[in-house]
Amino acid sequence: MNHIALKMLMGDTGKYVGIVMGLTFASLIMTQQPAIFLGIMARTYSFISDTGLPDIWVMDEKVQFIDDIKPLQDTELYRVRGISGVAWAMPMYKGLLKARLANGMFQTCNVVGLDDTTLIGGPPIMLEGKISDLRRSDSVIIDVDGAKEKLGKPALTPNGTPVPLKIGDSLELNDHRAIVVGIAKVTRTFQSQPVIYTTYSRAKSYAPRERKLLSFVLVKAAQGQDPHELTHRIREKTGLAAYTRNEFIELTYNYFMKNTGIPINFGMSVLLGFIVGAAIAGQTFYNFTLENIRQFGVLKAMGTSNWTLLRMILLQAVLVGSIGYGMGVGLTALFGYAMRHSILAFKFPWQLLLFSGVGVSLICMIAALISIIKVIRLEPAIVFKS
Amino acid sequence: MVAAVRCEKLVKIYDTGGQKVIALNGIDLSINLGELMMLVGPSGCGKTTLISVIAGILDQDSGVCELFGENVNAMRSKDKLQFRARHIGFVFQAFNLLPSLNAAENVSIPLLINGVKRAEAERLAIKVLEQVGLGDRWKSFPSQLSGGQQQRVAIARALVHSPRLIVCDEPTSALDHVSGHNVMSLLKEVALHQDRALVIVTHDARIFEFADRIAQMDDGHVVKVT
Repeated sequence: MNHIALKMLMGDTGKYVGIVMGLTFASLIMTQQPAIFLGIMARTYSFISDTGLPDIWVMDEKVQFIDDIKPLQDTELYRVRGISGVAWAMPMYKGLLKARLANGMFQTCNVVGLDDTTLIGGPPIMLEGKISDLRRSDSVIIDVDGAKEKLGKPALTPNGTPVPLKIGDSLELNDHRAIVVGIAKVTRTFQSQPVIYTTYSRAKSYAPRERKLLSFVLVKAAQGQDPHELTHRIREKTGLAAYTRNEFIELTYNYFMKNTGIPINFGMSVLLGFIVGAAIAGQTFYNFTLENIRQFGVLKAMGTSNWTLLRMILLQAVLVGSIGYGMGVGLTALFGYAMRHSILAFKFPWQLLLFSGVGVSLICMIAALISIIKVIRLEPAIVFKS
Repeated sequence: MVAAVRCEKLVKIYDTGGQKVIALNGIDLSINLGELMMLVGPSGCGKTTLISVIAGILDQDSGVCELFGENVNAMRSKDKLQFRARHIGFVFQAFNLLPSLNAAENVSIPLLINGVKRAEAERLAIKVLEQVGLGDRWKSFPSQLSGGQQQRVAIARALVHSPRLIVCDEPTSALDHVSGHNVMSLLKEVALHQDRALVIVTHDARIFEFADRIAQMDDGHVVKVT
């Protein structure tokens, strides 16, 4: 009887496409919006995940997230280096500074100062130039998106796109000259500001004069040293906050979750999407069963068991659910691929595939269940009503 | 003659929003094997309810309805389904063919319900379609057939699994006079034989001539059998 169920489903192409489209829409809306949400949330900690080498980040104990800089005295670096289990500890400056552009406008940039000797904490991928070029005088490395967009030189034609900054170009950082020696690929940050890498000492000269300028101490645990244990020891000995990379990501993530409107805004949109998608798909499938109720009645009158009818409806639900889910997820992936070079945040992990899969299955199962109850309760005598 | 159907003091009452409607009020009726019985009477007299009880798709409130000596109402629902699938064929006023299946697939449904494999079921279905004069139209969908042809497909579907009782509800009312006459001739020639009984509910006086007996119903009673 399975082939009859499939023919009943696909016999009316319009209705069949309608159900599949409803489920595609539900699946699309259940994956696309959360993927954007996850993309935005991933940007909140992208600087931490891009800085792959250190095991531990040490900072002021009041720091709540990556951009909440509370500077330390330079002497804290030496205190951390003196703790047993520390293989190395390097300074890092991170701050927002204004860059003066060629057209006279100012652009706030994320300036990152790396240890002058080792350059630890540098950009993950160099597109042009070498990280060691930072040792040249007045040198900076800028991120490719910043070079193309916000730090770009004025367009050659009115309403044209800015001319990207390239190696050898210069810009002004707090009245200091900075020469571009490299272009790097970094993950966009939450505020999408351009990222400028330079040395720690040069970053301090760019930054306004303050008593304390050290933002973070980046620590590598010695071989065989448990990083968790080391964070406890650093806290104990220095009174500073010390987090493993994942703990710092979690701290930043949780800050944005608790203190910004992003989760509630996106949560509402995802929930609404789920409800609308569920309503459309569920209603369409239920209507399909209702429209075929007489046919189910005929089969029932002829002696088809409820179990067989249930199997037929489940088969129909599983088929349209799978096709709709596949198409919806495919469209979301296509959307993400098409937007990969844009400013749009997008992250599509397997957990989201699972979440939307469960969501679509739930819609289909509920719609099928309601339909099945209707068919099971169906009085086969309706077939004698004209 | 052996009774195919024996109804005794059949009562069926519908509860329509607190109001009780007596559809069958003590029906006594028997239909013999090899017999074509017509149930006639005004609308609302209980014909469709009686045919539903006889076909085992509606339970009576009291009384007995035996089919080939078996009390269908007393059967477990699973046995009742199997009994219906095996022994009863249906012909409906509105044909009730599945629009997305072709003629052969529609006709094969009772065989599939009885566990016959799909290929064998469709082969047998085509044979029966040949018997009803539609051998060359087995691939046609209901929408591609005339009313008379659709009813012939429905008759083939009612016959394909060789049931012992065929119940027909107004089989000619959606057809013109010629088509109706042809359908009845077909039913009489192909469907009726010594091991099978036919019960036909009808308003159509033009087909009374095909009946062996006619049960006149009114207000839930069989008032006359001629």
